Amino acid sequence: MSVILDISKIDMVFPTPKGPFTALKEVDLQISKGEFVSLIGHSGCGKSTVLNVVAGLYQASKGGVILNGREVSEPGPERAVVFQNHSLLPWLTAYQNVELAVKQVFGRSKSKAEIKDWVEHNLKLVHMDHAMNKRPDEISGGMKQRVGIARALAMQPEVLLMDEPFGALDALTRAHMQDSLMEIQAELNNTVIMITHDVDEAVLLSDRIVMMTNGPAATIGEILDINLERPRERLALAEDPEYNHLRSEVLKFLYEKQRKVEPISATKSTKESTKKTTEVA
Amino acid sequence: MNALQLNNPQFKSILQQATNLIALPLVGIAMFLLIWSMAADRIDTSLGKFPGPSQVATQAVALYDEHVAEREKAAAFYERQEKRNAARIAKDPTYEPKIRKYTGKETFFDQIVTSLITVMSGFILAAAVAIPLGIAIGLNKKLNIAVNPIVQLFKPVSPLAWLPLVTMVVSALYVSPDPVVPKSFLNSMITVTLCCLWPMVINTSVGVASIDKDLVNVSRVLRLPALKHVQKIVLPASIPAIFTGMRLSLGVAWMVLIAAEMLAQNPGLGKFVWDEFQNGSSDSLSRIMTAVIVIGFIGFLLDRVMLQVQRVVSWDKAGAH
Repeated sequence: MSVILDISKIDMVFPTPKGPFTALKEVDLQISKGEFVSLIGHSGCGKSTVLNVVAGLYQASKGGVILNGREVSEPGPERAVVFQNHSLLPWLTAYQNVELAVKQVFGRSKSKAEIKDWVEHNLKLVHMDHAMNKRPDEISGGMKQRVGIARALAMQPEVLLMDEPFGALDALTRAHMQDSLMEIQAELNNTVIMITHDVDEAVLLSDRIVMMTNGPAATIGEILDINLERPRERLALAEDPEYNHLRSEVLKFLYEKQRKVEPISATKSTKESTKKTTEVA
Repeated sequence: MNALQLNNPQFKSILQQATNLIALPLVGIAMFLLIWSMAADRIDTSLGKFPGPSQVATQAVALYDEHVAEREKAAAFYERQEKRNAARIAKDPTYEPKIRKYTGKETFFDQIVTSLITVMSGFILAAAVAIPLGIAIGLNKKLNIAVNPIVQLFKPVSPLAWLPLVTMVVSALYVSPDPVVPKSFLNSMITVTLCCLWPMVINTSVGVASIDKDLVNVSRVLRLPALKHVQKIVLPASIPAIFTGMRLSLGVAWMVLIAAEMLAQNPGLGKFVWDEFQNGSSDSLSRIMTAVIVIGFIGFLLDRVMLQVQRVVSWDKAGAH
């Protein structure tokens, strides 16, 4: 299969008051069209940074990202992002949230009726057509994330980027969402990069699992090919020796090779510490 | 009512609500009136005893009667004028009738209307300047750093300190033989504007600067153009903060306006208070006290109105209380 996305030897260095901090070092990854790739690693290892560089929200300090032969220099709808906390606009309904994206991307090429159809089609795809006119605060966390996915899918991205899309959901909802995502993936065959720290989720959904070493200067440790047949069935796989072997491979990487010893109190990830609140008063 | 009904939990909760909503505030007001009338009796001023609730109530009625009487006088004046004009036209068809305005004294209610118009015009003018400026400052960090010292410097200045300057500038620049609005109105309005400006600029810019970063990223991924970004993301996201600023400044504006009207002798409630004080009749203190209560009540109503507007405009119903 042809390589659609080339993450080419990227370094990411953040300036901090204590001097430059190297978050990523020589991250190199090629992704084929229609491939589902998971990035897994301990928190703070820079998974999100990789995704943000691909999204164009960050600029790599060295190296670059090439999508379809063109270098990525800014964010754009061809690399739609599903954010961890859904990030729907709270003042718009589910329909309007998706519509905003559709109008922005297809405003010129689609007619009004086509836009309406396309918005509804995508909401139907994530089984949210029954709550189209509800605002985010009126629907559950899982439903919000569905709308977030519908919004991203509606942009018809060449690569769909998902930043721990189900991380904030409870286990049952998460399993349900994973099944939905597999269903959608079987239908649309998108190219997906998903960040997760759920081992089962990674094995269940992915074609390849990219395991990252611990930061600073995190990079790709190992890549695991998941050749389980699709469609995959959660219950059947639980007994499957191949599945369990793959699962233990990931666990071994995370808890033996990249064992992370952290004092209990230091749970703040670097992502949080870079967030700054600006105040004028 | 039998015992069963009294013990009904639903009945109990209704009773509790009634107590909280009606009974307790009434008790508070009654206590206040009691302490007020007791204290008033003991204070002797050069204008007689300090007015108690009953004197104030009497004067409130008197002020209303005066207002009605003044309106009747005005109506009679216009009627006489019309008759006179009609008579002259009957005599001489080429005569063009002149309508002279009634120049009676402004009543308490006229002053209330004047103050309300002044405060709202100043407030709207301030919002028209402050909200776009606040958005620009909130969006642009460099602009923020550049403007911040000026905002911080002028924020603590009492708008009354500006009043003499405003008065002089208005009389120098606003020269027209037939002014659309009186100079005194402009002075008061600009003073109100100056005091509304800062809380609105600051709150808007803080609201804009603290928009959830994910929402900004959504806008970036969608490649929303700058204007659309402001319209679709920034403005709705900062509506709660903008309204906080508007309510703060309207409250301050109302206080400042009364003081400005007293100081500059511009028409309005402040002038009413000052005139009564200068008048020094035995009723003056009661009338001033009436004005004080009315000023407080209007201030309260203004805030309620803003709150209602916020409830209609804002998506964040939880923030509007």
